[in-house]
Amino acid sequence: MLSLIRAVISRDLRLAMRRQADIVSAMFFFIIVVSLFPLGIGPEPELLRKLAPGVLWVAALLATMLSLPRLFADDHRDGTLEQLALTPQPLGLIVLGKVIAHWLVSGLPLALLAPVLGIQFDLSSDALWVLTISLLIGTPALSGIGAIGAALTLGVRGGGVLLSLLVLPLYIPVLIFGAGAVDATVTGLGPQAHLSLLGALTLGGVFFAPWATAAALRIALE
Amino acid sequence: MLEASNLECVRGERRLFAGVGFRLEGGEMLYLQGRNGSGKTSLLRMLCGLTPPTYGDICWRGESIRKLSEEFRSELCYLGHHNAIKEELTPLENLRASARLAEESLDEDSALDALEQVGLRGREDLACRYLSQGQKRRVALARLVHERRALWILDEPYVALDPAAVDLVAGLIGAHLQRGGLAVLTTHQTVEVPAGTVRELRLG
Repeated sequence: MLSLIRAVISRDLRLAMRRQADIVSAMFFFIIVVSLFPLGIGPEPELLRKLAPGVLWVAALLATMLSLPRLFADDHRDGTLEQLALTPQPLGLIVLGKVIAHWLVSGLPLALLAPVLGIQFDLSSDALWVLTISLLIGTPALSGIGAIGAALTLGVRGGGVLLSLLVLPLYIPVLIFGAGAVDATVTGLGPQAHLSLLGALTLGGVFFAPWATAAALRIALE
Repeated sequence: MLEASNLECVRGERRLFAGVGFRLEGGEMLYLQGRNGSGKTSLLRMLCGLTPPTYGDICWRGESIRKLSEEFRSELCYLGHHNAIKEELTPLENLRASARLAEESLDEDSALDALEQVGLRGREDLACRYLSQGQKRRVALARLVHERRALWILDEPYVALDPAAVDLVAGLIGAHLQRGGLAVLTTHQTVEVPAGTVRELRLG
């Protein structure tokens, strides 16, 4: 079971390394969107500090969305998805592997970049820490929930827009608690409550999403 | 061993076929024939369990494949219309990755040996996107060299192959039948398989 998940992760990571443009463009999207805000709003530290959690989290959501349409589309096009669906192991485990691989190339680099970008918003070092941790805890949920949307829109024309409409509303709780954790730190309350709820969302998302995704994939393959 | 009875397939509003049935024992091969659009690929996908039949039942060793699901899939090797290879990976990586995903152990030497048999020696480290259509098909077919699962379902295995490669694949299928395996395949070419009993089924 674990060896299968490992096999999927290593295959997807190897593919991602051969197609680095995808990862790099999502990262640059994140950097540019976040950097536009201080330029547009002007140098008012008070206001920027207030905006920072929301801006960084919304930009992270959108950057994650960028790579979602290709999560299953490539495998679907070249027939590997059929082969994956025909392995003797449950398809949910394979999806779990793909979700983990997606997080490693999208969520993880976003979380590591975020503190550098947070400096532009004059965030304190405590807030930068909490920002990084909240992204580390929250982004796996984004990959998990996004996988359901990617599977449901597989093979649909104009699937990219539909995917955003489907997935972004489901991201709202993650956004609220993720940005809320940083906000709570800035205002002096502790981030623990928000981070715990965020962790619960991620655990739930990563545990249940692969099975829903697998069901959607089977329907798409019919 | 593989038995299908009274299968019906409806695609959209059209009924592609109905009342299709056959029985296949170890060492036998079923040749699916029919014009384009008669539902050959749909039937193969039904036999794999990818598409549920609109009506009818498919049994493997006497039990419905719907019930067996994972047990059945562990005895099935399906080669579809698409090659199921990754263009970014090399033939060697493709072969080993698909073996790992199928949870089979394939060491580098046997993978290289399989590639040599399908005539891709010297190309094993070249990304598949630089290969020709026929060579890509050979990468996909290299899986069959060390494949020991009981049921092979092959959708147009000879397409894009040169005559030498067609003979090679026919030889692989023959050896599989000799080991007591089963094969179901579609093709528009008439190819002699060196061993086993051949049955025919015409759709449409």
